[in-house]
Amino acid sequence: MSADTKQNPITQNTITIDGQEIPFQAGQTIMDAALAAGVYIPHLCHRQGLTPHGSCKLCVVDIASRSVSSHNSDRRLQAKFPADADSRSASACTMPAVAGQQISNNTPALNEVRKTITQMLFIEGNHICPSCEKSGDCTLQAMAYHLGMLDGHFPQFFQRREVDASHPTIMLDRDRCILCELCVRASREVDGKNVFAIAGRGINAHLIVNSASGKLVDSDLETSDLAAHICPVGAILIKEHGYEVPIGQRTFDLHQVSEIGLEKTILTKVRQPDE
Amino acid sequence: MSKIRIATTSLAGCFGCHMSFLDMDERLVALLEHVEFNRSPFTDIKHCGPCDIGLIEGGVCNVENVHVLREFRENCKILIAVGACAINGGVPAMRNHFHLRECLEEAYVNGVGVENPQIPNDVELPLLLDKVHPIHDVVRVDYYLPGCPPSADEFLKILGDLLAGKEPSLPQNLLHYD
Repeated sequence: MSADTKQNPITQNTITIDGQEIPFQAGQTIMDAALAAGVYIPHLCHRQGLTPHGSCKLCVVDIASRSVSSHNSDRRLQAKFPADADSRSASACTMPAVAGQQISNNTPALNEVRKTITQMLFIEGNHICPSCEKSGDCTLQAMAYHLGMLDGHFPQFFQRREVDASHPTIMLDRDRCILCELCVRASREVDGKNVFAIAGRGINAHLIVNSASGKLVDSDLETSDLAAHICPVGAILIKEHGYEVPIGQRTFDLHQVSEIGLEKTILTKVRQPDE
Repeated sequence: MSKIRIATTSLAGCFGCHMSFLDMDERLVALLEHVEFNRSPFTDIKHCGPCDIGLIEGGVCNVENVHVLREFRENCKILIAVGACAINGGVPAMRNHFHLRECLEEAYVNGVGVENPQIPNDVELPLLLDKVHPIHDVVRVDYYLPGCPPSADEFLKILGDLLAGKEPSLPQNLLHYD
């Protein structure tokens, strides 16, 4: 750290998000600092306590360049938002917080880009909300509500993906998988089991199960595992509990995805009787 | 002032969106002060005349759907995709993961309890498309009204905005896909 910043207590160990000054501790990412300060940065693949993955790109933020750069390779910024050309885009969940960072987060331009990313997630998988038992508890769906998504915009892929119903109590429907790797990381880092992984590249990327048969029933996955509950969409579901809470009274029927600390509510399914 | 003319249709849908429209109940009376219906299951008018607004429920699953949809686009100044099926194909599009022949055989040949099994091929029946499509695959769509079905409040909001000459927008509490 330079002598300059040490002399200036305002920029020391604080970053600025949308004009709001936010403290951080050494080693924290922009996302860590924002969440700790109660500032919402949209995200799907991030979960506190798990290694950041940086794959969903919903948490993209613009960080103002301290040195003015005349060449910006980001075509989006050049074409649509020339005023932001002096900033660079980065995922907040993987970018370390650095003293004095000037960050744009909740801007119309970024939210438009996030909506486009969400639309691409929708059209790539088979997200038929009316037929999905996760509807109302789905973070992808809630993100789309948050960003005001009215349609998928792009042509639907209608990919055929394999469903694994072999496990007696846990369902794996790859139609809805967004490859966020939350289950992969939860299984590896919290459950200590390594049940899931992503195989294939690009459009062929898909969730695989670590068992000789490739089936969930032959894996070590149990309903008490974090990996069985962490799925933000309806890809990994606990069987026979899908409709215990009726549509209209589910998490995102009552809450906004932007409420901080909601993950715990979703995970533990804690609901107040008066909700 | 002459009334705003609305046409509605259900393509590969379940008429649930139309039922939801009627959930306006007594508010329909006030709405009918300002609008009149042209081609619609509500009126039984068979072909679309020049209209201000077209409401399309359902995706596109057969040749007749394509013709009806194009007739609506040609006659309606504003076309609105209503409900999940019109927007992304919805539940009918779940057949897109299978060959059309497989679907027909499952329903009409190998299905449980099927008598005199045969795949229907009467000339009166519209030819099925290989895949079910959202309507924006076929025509330009001006606005989208999500939901399965969209609530009566959503219909009133979008029509109210258009009647007031405003750009339609849905408040977050009305936006839902289920």
